[in-house]
Amino acid sequence: MEGGTARLPDSRAVLVSKEVNIMPFDIPHMISGLVAAAAIPASMLGAADWLLDGPAEIPFPVAQTVAVSGRVAFPLPGEFLRDGRPVAAPRRLEEIAAFEIMTYQVSVLDYRRCVDAGACRPADAAPGQALRTPATGVSHVDAEAYAAWYSQATGERWRLPSAAEWALAAGERFSGDDLPVVADADNPAERWLSAYRAESARERTPVAEPQPRGAFGANAHGVYDLAGNVWEWTSTCYVRSTLAVGGREIATAVENCGVHVLEGRHRAYMSNFIRDGKSGGCAVGVPPDNLGFRLVREPRGETFVARLRDAVRGLFR
Amino acid sequence: MITRREAFMGATMAAVVAGMPPFTSKAKAAVGRPDIAALPRQKVTLVAPPFVHTHEQVATGGPKIIEFTMTIEEKPMVIDDEGTTLQAMTFNGSVPGPLMVVHQDDYVELTLVNPESNSLAHNIDFHAATGALGGGELSLVNPGEQVTLRFRATRTGTFVYHCAPGGAMIPWHVVSGMSGAIMVLPRDGLKDEKGQPLRYDRIYYIGENDFYIPRDKDGRYKSYESPGDAYQDTMELMRGLIPTHEVFNGRVGALTGDNAMAAKVGETVLIVHSQANRDTRPHLIGGHGDHVWEEGKFANPPAKDLETWFIRGGSAGAALYTFLQPGIYAYVNHNLIEAVELGATAHFMVEGAWDDDLMAQVEAPKPIATN
Repeated sequence: MEGGTARLPDSRAVLVSKEVNIMPFDIPHMISGLVAAAAIPASMLGAADWLLDGPAEIPFPVAQTVAVSGRVAFPLPGEFLRDGRPVAAPRRLEEIAAFEIMTYQVSVLDYRRCVDAGACRPADAAPGQALRTPATGVSHVDAEAYAAWYSQATGERWRLPSAAEWALAAGERFSGDDLPVVADADNPAERWLSAYRAESARERTPVAEPQPRGAFGANAHGVYDLAGNVWEWTSTCYVRSTLAVGGREIATAVENCGVHVLEGRHRAYMSNFIRDGKSGGCAVGVPPDNLGFRLVREPRGETFVARLRDAVRGLFR
Repeated sequence: MITRREAFMGATMAAVVAGMPPFTSKAKAAVGRPDIAALPRQKVTLVAPPFVHTHEQVATGGPKIIEFTMTIEEKPMVIDDEGTTLQAMTFNGSVPGPLMVVHQDDYVELTLVNPESNSLAHNIDFHAATGALGGGELSLVNPGEQVTLRFRATRTGTFVYHCAPGGAMIPWHVVSGMSGAIMVLPRDGLKDEKGQPLRYDRIYYIGENDFYIPRDKDGRYKSYESPGDAYQDTMELMRGLIPTHEVFNGRVGALTGDNAMAAKVGETVLIVHSQANRDTRPHLIGGHGDHVWEEGKFANPPAKDLETWFIRGGSAGAALYTFLQPGIYAYVNHNLIEAVELGATAHFMVEGAWDDDLMAQVEAPKPIATN
């Protein structure tokens, strides 16, 4: 399905306007602008792909994004204990600063450009996938590498969304953790059994194979393919928290940033190097069909300041 | 020009021609041998694994003729969550074929039906039977034929049966799904090492299969129009001896989720496990084998308190366990690569009260204490 194709903006125009944004005294921007320029010929090598894939792709498009801001109520990621017993994740209402999120997940073609530039490892996805299919078979490490390369290539600051940002962008498609936490203090097996039943009852995705972008449609914000069959890496670490006795405040928390949160049809936690959800899961439970990602773009002002700061820091390194 | 079907049948025609005349029920009653014609008959309807048809654990009365019918079905079967398809050959439509249960000295009388819609000749080799290649020589049926074979269940235990139509057809039919098991119980039931009776509240039959699905040049699993179309590629892959799938009951996840096996705390479960082709080593994670007939033969005393037991390729074993704790148990082939990566994992969902005496989390995870 090519439902998203018609909605693609003229990305060339975006590219031009970006060049206009390069200010004479913005040295870091100029450097990255040069990198972007250098990246264009490399990506032109993919021109044949572009011809095969249809006219919507241009040699080096900057991703289309949707601006999101507001408040989101969502269950905190991680595992929560109170009195030494697992409890349901507390729900929090968070005000999220404005950000832009990619309308579509990073595609096979997008990711290939990073691979061609020598900045990303080839994905583990099945060969022969359509170029407009989301890039899958990618780990958190790969997603971070792509974000770093893409930021440099575009002269902008791109990063993975936090779990809270993802929840806000996902809107009505957000599910979070929905496994029941049965509180039978004397029988931990009640929780395992009820969670197992709930997992078994989960509706499976109709197809496990990644579909062309747009196949799962847009949500109310106009963000496509959320909670389809590709789970998305976030920048949020797995954390185990102990709640204050009788309260909802977190008393202690131990973060494990070797494991990150993935959001999708349900929430998942995977080691950073895992590229295939099926082999990254626990002994029991329904694993994600595929692992992929989309990025968020930080506001430009922040980018300029951050880059200046980074450049200054670099001088003293 | 011969058709593919004729070519496959050709390999087995010689066996048919050389076949012995069919048995008659007029065989003379010899000493210690009952008059078969006078024996009571009992018809049993088989059920698909992991379930087992109702049966007595301790036989009432003398030996009987137990009548079974199995229809061979050749059909494509999905064997994993990605939709990979096997051109399966099945006894009675399931992989593995159903578990048959009789008692020692009963006569097993199987009618094997090979419908016209199938493309290949098939037969059955019972490891529990004596002579004629386990009955294989007397049971070869072409599409459109049926045959009835009778054998006396002289030895107790769990035994594999499988299709064995000759030559390269034998391993190919087996890795296409054509195997199952029969359990011959002692007439007075199972016993422990001291001869004390053992009973089970539930019985499950797990058949483990190694599958070899060829891939295309892009690394994707190929699907084929018919078993014959899959033959060449599959044989080539089989000869490398590395399965692409190692599964319980015909597919990855056949015994998990909604299809997880059920039990209750305090219940004793008999798990019959067969693998017609390849060694395996069942292990119940979080449980044990209280009494295990690793080789499956009840004339030998059961081993006790096993953590993992070994089922030789081409045999069936039996393990008896009384569940003591509730929860989710994974029952795996404890080559964990085969369990997790290739699919050999099943689950038990066990209901009941938790026993703190057996296990407790003394202190939940918390930040490491610093002084």
